[in-house]
Amino acid sequence: MQMLIMGLLTGIFFGFLLQKARVVRYDKQIGALRFQDMTIIKFMMSAIIVGMVGIHFFEVFGLVQLMYKPVVIGENIAGGMIFGLGWGLLGYCPGTQGGALGEGRWDALWGILGMVVGAGLYAETYPFLMQRVLGWGYFGLLTIPELIGVNQWLVILVFTSGVIALFFWFEKKGL
Amino acid sequence: MELKNTDAGSWSPYIAGGLSGLVIIVSVLWTGQFFGASTSFVRSAGMLGKVTGPERVRHLEYFIRYLPQIDWQLMFVIGIFVGSLIASVWSGSFKWQGVPDMWAERFGTSPVKRGLVAFIGGIIAMFGARLAGGCPSGHGLSGMIQLAVSGLIAMIFFFVGGIIMTRLIYCGGNK
Repeated sequence: MQMLIMGLLTGIFFGFLLQKARVVRYDKQIGALRFQDMTIIKFMMSAIIVGMVGIHFFEVFGLVQLMYKPVVIGENIAGGMIFGLGWGLLGYCPGTQGGALGEGRWDALWGILGMVVGAGLYAETYPFLMQRVLGWGYFGLLTIPELIGVNQWLVILVFTSGVIALFFWFEKKGL
Repeated sequence: MELKNTDAGSWSPYIAGGLSGLVIIVSVLWTGQFFGASTSFVRSAGMLGKVTGPERVRHLEYFIRYLPQIDWQLMFVIGIFVGSLIASVWSGSFKWQGVPDMWAERFGTSPVKRGLVAFIGGIIAMFGARLAGGCPSGHGLSGMIQLAVSGLIAMIFFFVGGIIMTRLIYCGGNK
């Protein structure tokens, strides 16, 4: 029960911040895909670099347990691509479209319904996919530092520097 | 130059994004939960299926893997709706709107047309997200924060797919 309340509270904080930054909107999401407005990239990358430093810091002291998905190249690429095509039509993400509905953009309701149907469809085709498609290019749990064989902090430093340079470029271009 | 910050009560995406990063760190430290959203749609589809065809749901492997029940993540997704509602009503940016501005400029103001495309987009996006093993929250935020290779691949292809689709449907239309 406590877990459920924590989930709700965490969502409320996140939803508040998403709405404040205006990233839940169709115009912002599609604006990024059309290279007209990089608001969602700024938001996402800021969250990633802060989270990245914090999570790896606490991980050193054993205070957090990492939990990420294995690499399955076929699924990551094909699924990512299919998601992207749908996203380009819908203009909302699974997590943020609830936020879009929250600020009154009720076309998100159609997206939510579509996603429930899409999830059901995936469950229906899962046995077939298991036999024919899934598991192609399985490399298991793998992180970027492990892949290239360097210290994680070096990767974090390079990534963070790259993101900050990107931010400066966005501001210079007025994106 | 166009005016971009006329929207009352909005925060810089850098600030809101960075604060979201802190929310993620606190969530992981406190409850061990990384952000994610798409699994909730699987659970929702399962719960809906339990009403319409309980026998079928009980035998579908995917619903055995992801039990149709309310968990931390589903509450988190509901919380995003609540948080966005609070923020938008509070700042006066709540707006009842069924057709996004950018969409209306290109495809007209019919909410039926918009609703249909959003619904289909939702189905495709969720199918892809489940195949990829996550959405921009799970793979994008949580995966990238943990420097997961799977997150990086998925994230790149989310954008590749999205850019292709927006190129196709906006094909240099307006602006």
